[in-house]
Amino acid sequence: MTSAHLSLTVAAGERRTILWTRLLRRATPWLFSLPAVVFVAMFFGYPIVQNVVMSFQEYTTSTFYSGAAPWVGLANYATILSSYLFTTTLVNTALFTVGSITFQFVIGLALALFFKRAFPLSGFLRSMLLLPWLIPLIASSAVWKWLLDQESGALNQFLGLFGVPAVPWLVDPTLALAGVIGVNIWLGIPFNVAILYSGLQAVPKELYEAGSLDGATGWKAFRHITWPNLRPVVSVVIVLGVVYTLKVVDIILGLTGGGPANSTQTLATNAYNKSFVEFNFGEGAAISNVLIVVSLVFALVYLYLSRREPSE
Amino acid sequence: METAQKRQGKAPKVAVAAALLAPLTLTACTGAAASGTESPNTLTIQDYYDETQDPIYHSCARSVGVSLEISHVAGPGLIPKVLQQSSSRTLPDVLMLDNPDVQQIAKSGALSPLSDHGLTGEGMVPAVVQAGTYAGKLYGLAPGVNTLSIFYNKDLFDQAGITTPPATWDELRAVARRLTGQGRYGFAMSTINTYEGTWQFLPFMWGNGGTERDITTPQTVQALRFLVDLQNDGSMSRSSIIWSQDDVIDQFVAGKAAMVVNGPWQLPALKKQREVRWGAFTIPKRDPSQTTVAPLGGEVFTVPRTGNHAKMAKAGQFVKCLVSPEKQLETARIKQNVPSNPDVAEQAGKENPALAPFVTTVRTARSRTALLGPDWPKAATKIYNAVQIALTGKAAPAEALRQAQGEQ
Repeated sequence: MTSAHLSLTVAAGERRTILWTRLLRRATPWLFSLPAVVFVAMFFGYPIVQNVVMSFQEYTTSTFYSGAAPWVGLANYATILSSYLFTTTLVNTALFTVGSITFQFVIGLALALFFKRAFPLSGFLRSMLLLPWLIPLIASSAVWKWLLDQESGALNQFLGLFGVPAVPWLVDPTLALAGVIGVNIWLGIPFNVAILYSGLQAVPKELYEAGSLDGATGWKAFRHITWPNLRPVVSVVIVLGVVYTLKVVDIILGLTGGGPANSTQTLATNAYNKSFVEFNFGEGAAISNVLIVVSLVFALVYLYLSRREPSE
Repeated sequence: METAQKRQGKAPKVAVAAALLAPLTLTACTGAAASGTESPNTLTIQDYYDETQDPIYHSCARSVGVSLEISHVAGPGLIPKVLQQSSSRTLPDVLMLDNPDVQQIAKSGALSPLSDHGLTGEGMVPAVVQAGTYAGKLYGLAPGVNTLSIFYNKDLFDQAGITTPPATWDELRAVARRLTGQGRYGFAMSTINTYEGTWQFLPFMWGNGGTERDITTPQTVQALRFLVDLQNDGSMSRSSIIWSQDDVIDQFVAGKAAMVVNGPWQLPALKKQREVRWGAFTIPKRDPSQTTVAPLGGEVFTVPRTGNHAKMAKAGQFVKCLVSPEKQLETARIKQNVPSNPDVAEQAGKENPALAPFVTTVRTARSRTALLGPDWPKAATKIYNAVQIALTGKAAPAEALRQAQGEQ
């Protein structure tokens, strides 16, 4: 009896350890991903959830002291969607993003192709291209504001040499957006060159050798060898570029502050203004959620493209 | 909004700071009430001034019998910091605020009424008391204030044979036109798309009888048309829509503008430079029968509700000392602003003739939040938007104001 009882408890103990090991073994993969999950939840999940909650609240300066943020449902969304500024900011955001990305990419690709051929000082010059990236945005936007000044700006003085009358770059509502896009293109070129250049390095040299035997040189080589091999890199550059450009705030604030007469106001700058100038955090959060949704669409496009890629 | 210090840092820095703070603040608000330091005899004070202010603080601290912990914050960072401190219950014992911000912070409940500490606005210019009052209670008082006037280049006036400064809009327009030429504008002001642009437009709007309750009245239309006329004459640069007040004073010192709208906080810098011989006059009126009405600027001192009543009482005494007539005069000497007490202001104007037009203007100045209270920022946004729409030629003044009024 006693021995049987003993063996039973031993068995039970053994079974418990086996269960534990099994559980642990099954949990191991999850434990490995735990740090990542905690990180994402804390630094991405929490702010996004907080932002979504905030967009349904009347969240103002008073909220900070009293903690009271009355629930207002969809009122913030109704206000921003019916606002006179919403269409303007949406159109400006689209123009700003498309304009910036197109030129950043085309110029970036051209420069990357140019630097692919090794020539004296090419390495040095390529690293100099990264300069716009290294300068703090506040400094570079201040310098650009000064360069683009209508009366004493360096750009207009240069154009004046060719008899061009002073161009009101940041002052004319129709030109200001173009001016801001121009500066953002300058800023985005290094990113495009850096990524596309490394993409070009990864294209096997043998392909070009084989291609040249078949008469594929110059444009033909680009069309049939470089481009197809660069496609995955291109989609990364463009999708990341779009997401980065959608949320640009600092360069616009530094140059025009969204003016003149709201002609350079984008979703991102408007969200900033609502939250940190007017202290209307609820509406600011609602606008930034619209921006998040737009970015998310592009992220999905990216995921779709990158999944489709290998089958080609 | 209008002092030099507040604009030193650029906005995006605040963006980053505030963006980091905003989501975290609410979680931190359960902490116990604690004001700055634990020592019962030390008051914490927070402002966006610099060290030149410290001697006055220290002398008041001595008379109240406390020691001080002073923290000077960069101008644009003050409100985000105050919001964060409100939610973590770590507000300083004495807090300086730009006067148009008082109503919003008072509305949140973070400030204690100054009457609790035996302070009234007695003997101060009415506009100063108005600026510090929310819902009938006084929350903040200023030792000194500022407002706007016009600085002019004396050499250019002499060359053109102009002996008396313009007193009406028509005269201002004529003089501006005469002084324009040779790469120089006769007149310059800031009509930038921030509260600063609104602040600069107010003397024309209010001086002509316009009101922020309804910005489409003929008086405001007239004021806006006056600016458009100055621009169309070629007397005012089209760049004024992107100039801050500091940019405007730079134009003046560089000799590129003959008359500029600006405030007394520029006096120390103007006195230091040797390029331009200058004077100042009050902003002209459309009709000589009108009275000058310019906006009141300047910072007030408040006593936040820290929960420590003994310290709050001491903070009250400290603020009482800061706004006493002697300290008003001392502050005026350092900061070149206008004392809040009219008699003290008179004396400061005598000591410092450059301050005189500002002393006159403050007497009839109006606080921006007097009419709309915490809703002022919304109206201010509409006003600078209207000014921008008109000056960029997107719409005529009346239509621009109508458009901006309807904005949501």
